[in-house]
Amino acid sequence: MGIRFLMNGKEIYIHDTVVNSWIIVLLLTIFAIVVNRKLKNASIDEKPTGILHVAEIIVEVLEGLVKSVMGPTRMSFTPYMGTIAIYLICANLFGLLGFTPPTSDYNVTLALAIMTFVMMHFNGIKSNGIMGYLKGFFEPMPFLFPINILGEIATPISLSFRLFGNILSGTIIMALIYSGLNSVSMFITPFAAPVFHAYFDLFSGLIQTLIFVMLTMLNVANKMGDEPSEVIK
Amino acid sequence: MLQGISNEAFVLGCSAIGAGIALIAGLGPGIGQGYAAGKGTEAVGRQPEAKGDIMQTMLLGQAVAETTGIYSLVIAIILLFVRPLLAGL
Repeated sequence: MGIRFLMNGKEIYIHDTVVNSWIIVLLLTIFAIVVNRKLKNASIDEKPTGILHVAEIIVEVLEGLVKSVMGPTRMSFTPYMGTIAIYLICANLFGLLGFTPPTSDYNVTLALAIMTFVMMHFNGIKSNGIMGYLKGFFEPMPFLFPINILGEIATPISLSFRLFGNILSGTIIMALIYSGLNSVSMFITPFAAPVFHAYFDLFSGLIQTLIFVMLTMLNVANKMGDEPSEVIK
Repeated sequence: MLQGISNEAFVLGCSAIGAGIALIAGLGPGIGQGYAAGKGTEAVGRQPEAKGDIMQTMLLGQAVAETTGIYSLVIAIILLFVRPLLAGL
């Protein structure tokens, strides 16, 4: 449900994906505040209970993922990757509650992909220096420069279209399945639809989240070059 | 030549045909993903203890192979629901 309102005599329409995105951000903020409150009162010697346990599992999984993909010296990327992963999981699974998933809007996925793009190049310049960064465009051979530039532009486009296409196709196919089942009989819809929801919303949404975060990590780590070898051992 | 067909109907029909043709691109990713899954199965059979790593690598590769299929899907969706060709009439 979008929001329509009048401002200075002009009608402004806020799209429902934006509203749903705000709802997700609000819920995640409340979750973070509650966890933070409990974290301050918890003692370090006791086992975590309830919501703290959930938060601990999330943090541990994300740290393990970043460590295995980007390497132990780049653990400082965990908060950013964790933010993207948690937001994307909630956004992709929002279709299960009957809302439009925010990621079925191309603006959302394009914004996320541009964030990845900026991060790749910023970290590339930061860790290799501006000369080393520019040299990367002329490798392995100097005449491949235009192809390298095209490859850089293609990364955010393919990243955003992959997420957008998967989630939007899931939404469209679910709408088709619902109308098809309803035209057969209203009574089989609640029994037949969950199977399709499990694949098109749950499986596809979780896999696409993993893929988006993983590709972001791989691209950033690639741009940054090899890890300093003396720190590894 | 085309008696009794309005311009809008002609463009809409051709857009639908174009969307159908665009989805032929689904062949390539299907073959590629199946091949990757087969190789992944072989690798798990040879080395069952590395199942987690193999699964992760396989899913990542399949997602990248899917890109061309997603492009064609996006084009089909744009042709069907956004109908950019109608604006040219």
